[in-house]
Amino acid sequence: MNRSDYHIKSYCRIRDGKISKDGELLFSDASEEFPAFIKAAYKHFETDYSKFFKMDNLSKLAFMGAEVLLRGNDEENTALILSNRASSLDTDRKHQAAISNPKGGFASPAVFVYTLPNICMGEISIRHKLYSENSFFIFAEFNPHLLSNYTNDLLETGKAKEVLCGWVDYDKEKYDAFLYVIGKKGLLAHNTEGLTKLYRTK
Amino acid sequence: MSELKQELKEKIIEQLNLEDVSVDEIANNDPLFGEGLGLDSIDALELIVMLDKDYGIRLADPKEGRKIFESIDTMAAYIEANRSN
Amino acid sequence: MNNVYLSHNNIVSAYGFDSASAIDSIKDEVSGLSLVDDSSILPNPFYSSLITQDSLSEAFQKLDPKEAYTRLEQILLVSLSDTIKKSGLELTDRVGLILSTTKGNIDVLETKNPFDESRAYLAELGQKIEDFFGFKNEALVLSNACVSGVLALAVAKRLIRQKRYDHVFVVAGDLVSEFILSGFNSFQALSEAPCKPYCKTRSGINIGEVGCSILVTKDDNNLVDESVRLIGEASCNDANHISGPSRTGEGLYRSIVSAMNQAKIDADAIDYISAHGTATLFNDEMEAIAFNRANLQDVPLNSLKGYFGHTLGASGLLETIIGMHSLYSNTLYASLGFDKLGVSQPLNIIKETTSKESSIFLKTASGFGGCNTAAIFQKVNS
Repeated sequence: MNRSDYHIKSYCRIRDGKISKDGELLFSDASEEFPAFIKAAYKHFETDYSKFFKMDNLSKLAFMGAEVLLRGNDEENTALILSNRASSLDTDRKHQAAISNPKGGFASPAVFVYTLPNICMGEISIRHKLYSENSFFIFAEFNPHLLSNYTNDLLETGKAKEVLCGWVDYDKEKYDAFLYVIGKKGLLAHNTEGLTKLYRTK
Repeated sequence: MSELKQELKEKIIEQLNLEDVSVDEIANNDPLFGEGLGLDSIDALELIVMLDKDYGIRLADPKEGRKIFESIDTMAAYIEANRSN
Repeated sequence: MNNVYLSHNNIVSAYGFDSASAIDSIKDEVSGLSLVDDSSILPNPFYSSLITQDSLSEAFQKLDPKEAYTRLEQILLVSLSDTIKKSGLELTDRVGLILSTTKGNIDVLETKNPFDESRAYLAELGQKIEDFFGFKNEALVLSNACVSGVLALAVAKRLIRQKRYDHVFVVAGDLVSEFILSGFNSFQALSEAPCKPYCKTRSGINIGEVGCSILVTKDDNNLVDESVRLIGEASCNDANHISGPSRTGEGLYRSIVSAMNQAKIDADAIDYISAHGTATLFNDEMEAIAFNRANLQDVPLNSLKGYFGHTLGASGLLETIIGMHSLYSNTLYASLGFDKLGVSQPLNIIKETTSKESSIFLKTASGFGGCNTAAIFQKVNS
C-alpha cells in the first residue's frame, strides 16, 4: 500500500528545549518557556533575519525547523505540506482577547495576520524563495499515512522535486515539531512505519 | 514634544517587535519605512491602530498614514495637533 | 483512472439551501449582500450575506439531530446531507471526507458562546461531521487561508489518484464573526458599500457566509448535468509577503501556467475565468497582472464577491460550483458591482449576463500567506 520510490533525505525534531537533525542533537537550552528557547536557537544557528521577531510562536517553530533542514539545500521546487492539531489557536486566542477587552477592543493587524496556520508556510517560502505548492492540514494527531500519500502524488506528478513535510504544533505553551524532507535519494525509505518510528523516537 | 518622541520610539520598538533596535538608534528624522527602520505594510496598519488606541486619533483616510509616518518628527507633530487623549 | 469528476453539489447561502436558489438569483443579477446592523459583530453597520438562522434551524431539525450543534456545524451538515443524499453513495471505506475552513467554530472563543472552547479545534469539527453521517474515514481538514476551497478539490483529486479513495465529499464553510470582521477592519480592508471587484470606484471587501459541498469522484456513472472534469490544478506561493499580494502576480501566474500545462491546454482554450476578485486595490491589481502575464486578458472574467461577499474558506468551492452551472447553461454571469475598469492592465470583465457556448473554465484564488491556487475544469456533457 505504501510503496514509495522516495526517501527521507533529512529530518528535524524540535521539542523539550532540544533541536536535533537526523537523530543528532544540534542545540539544547534550559529555558522553560518557548519564546526564550526559540530566541536562543535563533542566535545559536546565526540566523540573522529580523522578521523572525515579528512572527507568532507557530511560525517561529516552523521557521526554525525549516532553517535546520533547508539551509544548504538548493532545490527550488520544494513543496511544503505541514500539519498540526491546534491550527493557529495560540494566536487566535490573543486576537480574541484583544478585541474583547472590556476597556475597548482593538484588533492588532500584526496579530490577526497570524490567525491562519498556513502563514508559517508563507514565512518559510519567503525565507527560502520557494514558489512551490503549499498545503496545511489539521489532524487530531500526526498522520503519516495521509501525508505520505499526498507527498507521493506531488512528486510523481512532477509538481515538486522535493517536499518539506511534517508536523508543527504549538498550543498552550507546548510545542512539538517533526519536519522532514522527502526526495529521490536519502537516508531512509519513505513509508508510514518509518515516519511513525522517527516521530515517536525521543 | 521631546517626551512624546521618546515615548513613540519606545512604543514602536515594543509593539513592532524591533529586536536589537534601541531608542538611541532612532533619530527623529530617520525614515521609518524603506531604507530607515525598514517597516512594512503590516507595521503601517499597526501604527494606525496605535494612533487610535493610544491617542484617540482615527484616520479618515488610511492613505494619510504615509505622510504622518514618515519619521518620528512627523508623527509627533501630527499627534500634538490632533490628539484627544 | 486519470479522470476525476465533480458531481452532486449543494450551496447553503443567503439565497436558500440548494445550488439552484443561488444560481437563479445570480442569473437575475440579484445580490445576496445587504446592510447588517449587529454591533456584537462590528460597531458600525456592514454589508454581508448571512444565512438566516430561523430557516437554518428549520432545515437542520429535519436532519433529526441527537445533540447540540454549533451554527457552523448546522450549516455544514445541512449542505452535506443534501449532497450525500443526492449522490446515493454508501459511505464505505472507499469514501473520503475533506473539510475546508479557515476558522471553523472560531465563535466559541467568545465568552457569550455556550459551546466549550474545545470546539474550536478543527479536528473536532471534522469529527462531528464525520460522526454525524458515519464516514468510515477520518475527516481531513484543510486550512489554507482563502485558497482552501479550491485547493480542497485538488487534494481530493490527488488522493483519488493515489488510490486512497474512490470518492471524496468536500464540504466547506466559514462564519461571519466578530473575530474575522474586526481583523479585516484593522487591515482597513472592509468596504462600507457593496463591494465592486475590479471597478475604479471600489473601496474594499465584504465578508459573507455560505456552506457548500460537492462529490468528487472517479466514477463517471454518478454524474449530474453540470458535472465537470478537473483537468489541471496547481498552487504556488508568492514567496514575497505574508499579507500583501505580490506586485508581479508571481504565485498566481505560476499556478495558472502549471495548471494549464497539466491540462495540456493553451490560454485560448479557456472560455471563462472565475477569478478571486476581492475588490481590494492590491488583490485586484495583482490578479490583473497575473492574467496578463498568462495571456488571459481577453477571456471573459467575473468575480462573484458582489453576490456573496468573500466567503473565505468556502469561496473557492462555492465559485467552482457556480462555474459548473455557468458552463452547463452556457451562461456567463455578470460580475456584479463592476462599472469601469480600475486596474492597470486590460481585463475582459463580464458586464452583463450573456449566453456563450463554453466548455472550459479556470478558477483562481489567492490568500494570506502568499498562497494561490488555479484549477481548470472541463464540461463533461458537451
